[in-house]
Amino acid sequence: MQLIPCPWCGPREEAEFHYGGQAHVAYPEDPAALTDEQWAQYVFFRENPSGPFAERWSHHAGCRRWFNAVRDTRTHDLLAVYRVGEPMPEVTA
Amino acid sequence: MTSSAQPPGAHLPEHPDFLWDDPEPKSSYDVVVVGGGGHGLATAYYLAKVHGITNVAVLEKGWLAGGNMARNTTIIRSNYLWDESSGIYEHSLKLWEGLEDDLGYPILFDQRGVLNLAHSLQDVRDSVRRVNANRLNGIDAEWVDPAGVKEICPIVNTSPDVRYPVLGATYQPRAGIAKHDYVAWGYARAAHAMGVDLIQNCEVTGLETSGGRITAVETSRGRIAAGKVALCAAGHSSVLAKMVGLRLPLASHPLQALVSELLEPVHPTVVMSNAVHVYVSQAHKGELVMGAGIDSYNGYGQRGSFHIIEQQMSAALELFPVFARAHLLRTWAGIVDVSPDASPIVGLTPVGGLYLNCGWGTGGFKATPGVGDCFAHTIAHDKPHPFNEPFTLERFTTGALVDEHGAAAVAH
Repeated sequence: MQLIPCPWCGPREEAEFHYGGQAHVAYPEDPAALTDEQWAQYVFFRENPSGPFAERWSHHAGCRRWFNAVRDTRTHDLLAVYRVGEPMPEVTA
Repeated sequence: MTSSAQPPGAHLPEHPDFLWDDPEPKSSYDVVVVGGGGHGLATAYYLAKVHGITNVAVLEKGWLAGGNMARNTTIIRSNYLWDESSGIYEHSLKLWEGLEDDLGYPILFDQRGVLNLAHSLQDVRDSVRRVNANRLNGIDAEWVDPAGVKEICPIVNTSPDVRYPVLGATYQPRAGIAKHDYVAWGYARAAHAMGVDLIQNCEVTGLETSGGRITAVETSRGRIAAGKVALCAAGHSSVLAKMVGLRLPLASHPLQALVSELLEPVHPTVVMSNAVHVYVSQAHKGELVMGAGIDSYNGYGQRGSFHIIEQQMSAALELFPVFARAHLLRTWAGIVDVSPDASPIVGLTPVGGLYLNCGWGTGGFKATPGVGDCFAHTIAHDKPHPFNEPFTLERFTTGALVDEHGAAAVAH
């Protein structure tokens, strides 16, 4: 089973984690001011790259904390993990 | 040995050696279809057959029908909830019913029926509602109780002492399976015979536009000018659309399936269970073919995680105790492009002459003839066919979603 390095607990089995989709998608500051097109982009449209992807994981069967990871979607290699609030690290796929 | 005791597969037809050419790409086509899977091949076939457009190339980065067309669980049905979905899936099922004659090629289409099991009171309510909706749309559907499930498929465990007891099922008798490879080969052969170029090992690396209109595709085998370009790339649709700056509301996930060794016929129908994440049929040759829910993370690697298979097998064994001694032969994954409302996106794009067919997620195989026909119409007339008109990209902005999470039957 794939091991995911939780930034608090270290490497644990994938089955302990929940996936949270793309990272760094901020809630709009003034949602009521958005056009339908902008609201649709926020609600439904995400990056879907073939390659490195910044995404959220939750260690729900461990420390129960959310963190971010950069993972290569072609190989499933975890290139970096970092805590919420930290900037996305530079990675090379 | 009597004829009734033939080894599994003995009744299958002999296969010819040669079905289509392997041409060099020409410098220009009226229509370039990107993706040589079921949808791409069917689209090219109906473009040629129905609309007389034969200066067409199908570009495939690997080999024909080597992606999801080779990886699905071959289930065909049309018992979807909403009118929009009923339209296109039932259109497809009707085409399936005449497809063998239409293509002049055996596809082993077998209408053995599908049971969609209900395991909770809410499942029961949703299922009965879907049966009623199907009937109003002229689709064959009935609600069967656990005894009825047992009668249709005797190997299902309908006893009340399992973790998620079977409380009943919807049954669509006209549903079934087909031999996925033969379907692709049948379309490829017929399209080729009408003059369509099927070009393999040809990956699209760029889309060229001029004045808001598509003009050419850049490929690993050179530039190919195109009057129109039709994307049928399933899991890679986001990657292609990004080449013209178009974002799609899709997430590409691994979806896994598996087969057992060859067994005597034990499973007479198709059984799907949304709640416990498994769907099973028995292929003509004798393997049990099973599919799971998607892996949670985005992935382009055509492989998923083993715990998904474990979960699927535990559900299968609870439902079918007779499978306990079957051996797993192999597992694999395809890349499915999942949309927010579990419905496809088929139609025009903001780029003139560029057409989109994607978002079929976990259920594209059954739609192959239907979407091929409707997408070809869309391309030929630069206007959606009535059956794919509801499935626009704009619906995510207007809010006119077609929520099929219940009837899509695979956990998203």
